[in-house]
Amino acid sequence: MTKQLPKVDVVLVGFGWTGAIYAEKLTAAGMEVLALERGPWRDTPTDFATTFAQDELRYYWRHGMFQEASQSTVTFRNNGAQTALPMRHWGSFLPGNGVGGSGVHWNGQTYRFLPSDFVAKSHNEERYGPLPEGMTVQDYGVTYDELEPHFDYFEKICGISGTAGNLRGDIREGGNPFEGPRSDDYPNPPMQMTFSQDRFEASARDMGLNPFPVPSANMSRAYVNPLGMQLAPCTYCGFCEKHGCGNYSKSSPQTTIIPVLMKRENFTLRTDSEVLSVEKSPDDTRTTGVTYVDTSGEEFFQPAEVVVLCAYPLENARLMLLSDIGTPYDPQTGEGVVGKNYCYQVMSGATVFYDEEYTNGFVGAGALGMAVDEYNGDNFDHSGLGFIGGGYIACYTTNARPIESHPVPEGVPGWGSEWKQSVRANFLKTTNVGVHGASMAHRSNYLDLDPTYTDRHGRPLLRMTYDFTLNDRRLTAHLTPVAEEIARGMGGREVNVAERKGSYDSMPYQTTHNTGGTIMGTDPQMSVCNRYCQSWDLHNLFVAGAGLFPQNAGYNPTGTVAALAYWSVAAIIDQYMADPGPLVQA
Amino acid sequence: MSFPTRRKILKSLLFGGTAIAAPSAVFGAIYGRGEGMPWEPLKGQPPYYGTQEDRFFTPDEREAVAAICARLIPSDGDGPGAVEADVITFLDRQMAGFYGRGQHWYMKGPFLEGTATQGYQSEHPPAELYRHALAELDAYCRAQQEAGFAALSAAQQDEILKGMDDEEITFDPVSAKAFFDLILKNTIEGYFADPIYGGNRDMVAWHYVGFPGTRYDYRDFVGHNGARIDLPPVSLMGRPGWNSSE
Repeated sequence: MTKQLPKVDVVLVGFGWTGAIYAEKLTAAGMEVLALERGPWRDTPTDFATTFAQDELRYYWRHGMFQEASQSTVTFRNNGAQTALPMRHWGSFLPGNGVGGSGVHWNGQTYRFLPSDFVAKSHNEERYGPLPEGMTVQDYGVTYDELEPHFDYFEKICGISGTAGNLRGDIREGGNPFEGPRSDDYPNPPMQMTFSQDRFEASARDMGLNPFPVPSANMSRAYVNPLGMQLAPCTYCGFCEKHGCGNYSKSSPQTTIIPVLMKRENFTLRTDSEVLSVEKSPDDTRTTGVTYVDTSGEEFFQPAEVVVLCAYPLENARLMLLSDIGTPYDPQTGEGVVGKNYCYQVMSGATVFYDEEYTNGFVGAGALGMAVDEYNGDNFDHSGLGFIGGGYIACYTTNARPIESHPVPEGVPGWGSEWKQSVRANFLKTTNVGVHGASMAHRSNYLDLDPTYTDRHGRPLLRMTYDFTLNDRRLTAHLTPVAEEIARGMGGREVNVAERKGSYDSMPYQTTHNTGGTIMGTDPQMSVCNRYCQSWDLHNLFVAGAGLFPQNAGYNPTGTVAALAYWSVAAIIDQYMADPGPLVQA
Repeated sequence: MSFPTRRKILKSLLFGGTAIAAPSAVFGAIYGRGEGMPWEPLKGQPPYYGTQEDRFFTPDEREAVAAICARLIPSDGDGPGAVEADVITFLDRQMAGFYGRGQHWYMKGPFLEGTATQGYQSEHPPAELYRHALAELDAYCRAQQEAGFAALSAAQQDEILKGMDDEEITFDPVSAKAFFDLILKNTIEGYFADPIYGGNRDMVAWHYVGFPGTRYDYRDFVGHNGARIDLPPVSLMGRPGWNSSE
């Protein structure tokens, strides 16, 4: 028996970054908003206080911050000829759980995609000719210029630390000269760099590159955001990524938005409430609300005027498939849209080992780094290279958490006396130059429902079919030597290169940047959502998150995820509420 | 433990419109509606594993596991190994708890042998995998050397571990390689984790590699410019007056 609840204006499925963004804007506009979060309530002083937040085993290795695979995981295979098997515990990526979602355990590296990233298909075809067979790259349907005010606002909500490289067309020393024009400077100056970044910067400048401080959601100074939330200076504790910040120094939904929301009468949050399906009207034109289950096992139907999917991209895609909304993608025919264009990130790098100097990696922060952008997007001529896209190359000092970070040079065994001595000799004396490569969509990489494995409610798990593509391999082969050259100029004893070769391995941590599956675009035959992130199929269903990306750029996704959320919620308030219906005529 | 307060439960019953007949059930807590931020004392207390009694391994298993750990991170050279760090106590605690039970892992069948890129696919949660693999290892050693693993010489032990690592020694029905990979990972965890979990006793591993532990403010050191920062480590338990010279 499903219990019927009173109707609300808007239901949000999931309460991380995008849930908080939609909720704040919609409640400010006077709507009654209910957020349903699968996981528990979590807050800074009680759940990751500075007295115990620096617990590497608990939060990373025992997944204290993440979705429990026992509740729901994905099945994985490299290609359609294999049998997908469950990821029995997380590895390569770490979906969040609970209030704040992955926005609690992120690093805070907050980039804007390049203007050309939003028109990847048309831009590259105009410049280089037709895309190769099987590459399903598309335009977003929204432009950088349209998103710019929303990028700017999110940077102010977070108090991003950085140096503007392009202020209203004025190229400025010390920033990223390749970035799209910004309407305003960053709200805070860049973080203080350490030895490793200084060496990276000098080496990159020697090569004629333009290094700039990574835009960081770790506070470079005390800050009050536009909602009146107070953030404190980052203390460089080195427990950022995979951990919560107990210091109010890393922007998260908890430190930038949620306390304001919790004071509003027209906002309600229900935790430990898992949405099972999005319900449709008999004529299949609207959603009527969602069915969810709480921890008592009881099912509820929550009616709503508007539903927004704010869960992690993988779960948003799965919910649409489970709810039979939109046509599932079929890799055989290339038809259908839900689950299409799953992309990731292509990571590689070079580790520098010093003899005399100490890099002291424990003095670090999630977004403490310097980067160069000469090899990102279409910032360089791709003629004759056989691939499109690129990536930034950066030297971060995020941590020296010893279970995770104890690099040893090539040739040292993985255990035993020699390993032990080498761990000690190098523990305080290494840094890394990483390539953060784009991931272009390919016909054979997609998401669908698994035929065999089910979650604790008996519903099919999501199946991920994914491997690195020819474009990925050429991209990483072109960029990794650049990272190596920078690394070799940093004055170390030796440099070890970690290339991205072979098939995608689902276990070693790479990034929690899973994109696509619920992509946006200009054509209902080719995308799940229109340019306002509104479902082509059900006009009162909106989708948030990196699942909207038709392909992934060479940057961390959160800045663009947030800008799209602000853009979409503005369309709901300014256009949809006055005249509910499709905002783009198919 | 964190449970919604009774008031919240009652409130959510009211909000739901219809009373639910099992008020003792813990279900979705409800927040917001102008009430501001909820707060509960002692909600996030860190776990503490400081006691000494055995919890999971039998005496024979314990001896074998301790011997394996002692070869993975030996006590020779210039610093402590798994023995000094008491990694065996860490492993015993882990296997007795949620991790050993695979409580947070997805453990539904069918169980098939995966590709190299599909990760752990054993039907056994970690503690069971240890138990089965240790029995297989014991049988292997007795068949080959007429003694259990712990009684062999260091060179013999290394040879066996290397064989498992390189997949030249296989067990049936569990995978020797899966066990080797897991115990190596867990041994490194125990060596380097906070002492509250039973390993890294007296922070010996942190002292050894120069990790200052669970401090949370390095602002004075950001401009170190490549110089050594000599800070004694701190654990989540603080720095009680254990036998250190600082």
